Amino acid sequence: MIEIILAILSTAGALSILFASIGILRMPDFYLRLSVTVKASTLGVGLLLICAAIMFPDVSVTTKAIAIIFFLIITAPVAAHMIGRAAYFTDIPLWKGTIVDELHGMYNEDTHELESTPDNLPPDTDGDSNIATTESETK
Amino acid sequence: MITLEAYFDYVILPILAISVMLVFIRLFRGPAVVDRVIALDLIITIGIGIITVYSIRTHQKVLLDVAIILALIAFLGTVAFSYYIEKQKDD
Repeated sequence: MIEIILAILSTAGALSILFASIGILRMPDFYLRLSVTVKASTLGVGLLLICAAIMFPDVSVTTKAIAIIFFLIITAPVAAHMIGRAAYFTDIPLWKGTIVDELHGMYNEDTHELESTPDNLPPDTDGDSNIATTESETK
Repeated sequence: MITLEAYFDYVILPILAISVMLVFIRLFRGPAVVDRVIALDLIITIGIGIITVYSIRTHQKVLLDVAIILALIAFLGTVAFSYYIEKQKDD
């Protein structure tokens, strides 16, 4: 019985890691790649660690597995937000099918602070946003 | 009847190895630095999974300590890269 549970959990974990790596290869844009990578890989590694916690009948392994899962769940969104923010500041183009870029003009260029109402430029300036015009720009 | 050891050896570990190879393609190809940074982060995260499966397979629970350190290094590396990439724009 416990072997069936282990097989199901490890299969789900390995498949979600595989989907994360297919996503980072196939998605058309940096931001979409980031969105795929963080969630799916955290889920997959978490499932594999739960597998290890079930497999070893030992308190120390369970504690370590819970510690790693907790650490991954805490740190992965923080790291993803920081790298996405750095990408937005360094003008990484968005996918050409992007409909709206709500962050456009909201960041103060000098202090890197986020403003809810931009006073320097109106929010409906078309064509000035950093959306790619061709597919190969973001490939 | 397939044993669980054979299942880990012939299904789970090859899936994880193929995932690392797919991410490596993105690491070489990535048009910007940030693409390479998240590819490296994903490779380290998959490495944690591989270490976990290997420690299940060999009954060596000490290997999970390495996984903790790798998780820490992945977070610190990504934060440091993004901090300096953001600072680089100001100059």
